[in-house]
Amino acid sequence: MLEIIDVTHTYGAYRALDGVKLTVADGELVCVVGPSGCGKSTLLRSVAGLVQPTGGRILLDGVPVSQTPDNLAVVFQDYSRSLFPWMSAAANVALPLRRKGMDRAQRRTAAMEALEQMGLADAAGKYPWEMSGGMQQRVAIARALAFRPSLLLMDEPFGSVDAQTREDLEDLVLRVCAHHGMTIMLVTHDIDESVYLGDRVVVLSRAPGTVAGDLHVSLPSPRDQIVTREHETFVRLRAEVGRLVRGNQLSRQET
Amino acid sequence: MAARSLGGFGVRVALVAATVALWELVTRLASQPYFPPPSTIASRMYTLWFSGPVTHVFFTDDALTMLQPSLGRLLVGWGAASVAGVVLGLAIGRSQVLSDFLDPLIQFGRAVPPPMLVPIFFALFKIGTPTQIATIVLGVIWPVLINAIDGAATVDRQHLETARVFGLSRPQIIGRIIVPSAMPKIVAGLRLSLSLALIMMVISELVGSNSGIGYRLTTAQQNFLIPDVWGCIVLLGVLGYLLNSSFLLVENRILRWHSRARQYA
Amino acid sequence: MTISGTRVLRGAIGVAGLLVAAELALRAGHVTLLPLVSTVLARAAELTVDGEFLGAAASTLASWALGLALTVAVGIPIGLLLGAMPRVEAAVRPLIEFLRPIPSVALIPLAILVFAEQLHLRAAIIIYASCWPVLINTIYGLKDVDPVARETLRSFGFGPLAVLVRVSLPSAAPFIATGVRMAASVAIVLAVTVELVAGGTDGVGVYILKAGGGGRTDLMIAATVLTGLFGLLVNLALVAAERKVFRWRHAR
Repeated sequence: MLEIIDVTHTYGAYRALDGVKLTVADGELVCVVGPSGCGKSTLLRSVAGLVQPTGGRILLDGVPVSQTPDNLAVVFQDYSRSLFPWMSAAANVALPLRRKGMDRAQRRTAAMEALEQMGLADAAGKYPWEMSGGMQQRVAIARALAFRPSLLLMDEPFGSVDAQTREDLEDLVLRVCAHHGMTIMLVTHDIDESVYLGDRVVVLSRAPGTVAGDLHVSLPSPRDQIVTREHETFVRLRAEVGRLVRGNQLSRQET
Repeated sequence: MAARSLGGFGVRVALVAATVALWELVTRLASQPYFPPPSTIASRMYTLWFSGPVTHVFFTDDALTMLQPSLGRLLVGWGAASVAGVVLGLAIGRSQVLSDFLDPLIQFGRAVPPPMLVPIFFALFKIGTPTQIATIVLGVIWPVLINAIDGAATVDRQHLETARVFGLSRPQIIGRIIVPSAMPKIVAGLRLSLSLALIMMVISELVGSNSGIGYRLTTAQQNFLIPDVWGCIVLLGVLGYLLNSSFLLVENRILRWHSRARQYA
Repeated sequence: MTISGTRVLRGAIGVAGLLVAAELALRAGHVTLLPLVSTVLARAAELTVDGEFLGAAASTLASWALGLALTVAVGIPIGLLLGAMPRVEAAVRPLIEFLRPIPSVALIPLAILVFAEQLHLRAAIIIYASCWPVLINTIYGLKDVDPVARETLRSFGFGPLAVLVRVSLPSAAPFIATGVRMAASVAIVLAVTVELVAGGTDGVGVYILKAGGGGRTDLMIAATVLTGLFGLLVNLALVAAERKVFRWRHAR
């Protein structure tokens, strides 16, 4: 589905990514985790076609990514800057569907369906500024869902909401994505979140980012905020990912 | 809350009434020829312009023949400047290269006092309505142009990236992302240029015209018809007030999302 | 540095390109109506050392400076007074909102009748037009003062005057400066406009009218170009001064 081959990116003299190798299979939810400033966002933006990496190749369904690919959606961290404040929730969700050749009624139906799945059926007519942060992020996710992308990219999607809302959103995303069988690449700096959500966790090292570890998460589905987090596999994986994220930091400090 | 603002409104009305009364008293006591009492101005305005038939909403023929050309020039000039300013501004604002090339020219254009265009245009072209409209357009385009450039240049990067990621087409990005984002600034520019258009209209009529409020003002002044001069000034003030208020009314509708979004933020 | 260098270069190319294009178009089109760009530029250069024009410019400059100085001297104190007393401000606001929409140029015919002295007439119109930005920015600046800063000083036992001098004035100063800059631009426009409408013995506006009477459109445009450049320089200088004086404000 997605192949990232030796991707390197430099901003002037600053090397953000250094030979990142990563593949994502169909229907997989891969969490990319790493310390802040490790180039996770650059990697995601490269896949989205918003940044042209200075080296390496990115293939989506075998096709090299140059412009923003057609069948791709992104949920950004900052919902307040990603939703359009001059449009209602429904209009925000329906806007990208114009590209899909849908007529007005079809767009409306698809948007309502996606909003309903995110538990926002009553908020269709509301404007972003009339909603809480959690609701706004759900609108942004609904917009991505309605678009039915073959690959969904999420950039710290729960980074700007409070802890309770965050757990609710995590479960909602897991449920809805399992339902659609969607392929997801989710970028986060939260180790717990990466293990809880992912089928796989890919650890990026501190900049220049390289793949420091690639772990399969063999936790039972559906996951549960309390039970899963008590699971011995969860505890072990969390420690392992933590060591990979931190250990790298330590070794860098020694040199 | 409502009662308080109502009380405030009452106080304000009372203060305006008191000011007018004071004005009346002082001008009567001073009896200066150049400062007629407001009652004299009002009655002069009534006989001149507002004692018409019901069918003309009480406007007299005199008022209509005077207002029509003035308002026509103002609205056509402002409308043309608005369209041109917004279109050019959006194009320039979205292109770094274009704005670099044109910035000094625009800064200079803005700095030229617009009234100076009036005698030049009258010397170059025929005196008449088209020339007057041209001076209005060139005089008032700058606030719209500069605000549209600024608005288009400062569209949130993430809004644009979101649009790109979802594969919106170029016209869709312009129409649904860039124009709405730039709208608050564009509207502010439009309002500024509307009040400027009134000024340009008056100047072009004062300097060279044989119709309109400005022309009327000049003839009244030359014939020492002091109440008529004052009447024209008051009329222009009312016109400016009405134009601004009706614009604000439209603005509040168009930018509802903007003012609300700022309230909630 | 390199970015601003590119900008300056591009700006220069833009100006030069437009001038050359206009010159070529005028030459190719054999338009006799408009003077050539080169002619206008040559006239503008000549005007900078032309005694008659410099006299006119000095006269306009004098009424501009006088009008602006009086505007500042009157507008800022009144603005401070109204800004410091919200109740009075609320009461006076309908009056301001009634007076402000009156186009300043509409007052010129009345002012012609009232003022016998040319300088008085010009200064009066300039003051009327340019006092609004000063007044409104001053009021707004005082209203915008951080109440916490004010309360802090008051809690240390400072009186209202001390609060005004130590907190309100410094924090309102950038707004007032912006108002004065806007007033300076408006004053230039009105200084020339009064001369155009009311005429008189001297001034740039009068110079242009005379040039127009003699069919010298090249001189008219040249004088206008110089006026525009002057306005541009004044604005740039005031913006630079604001940046320098209120650096602390931009740092935030």
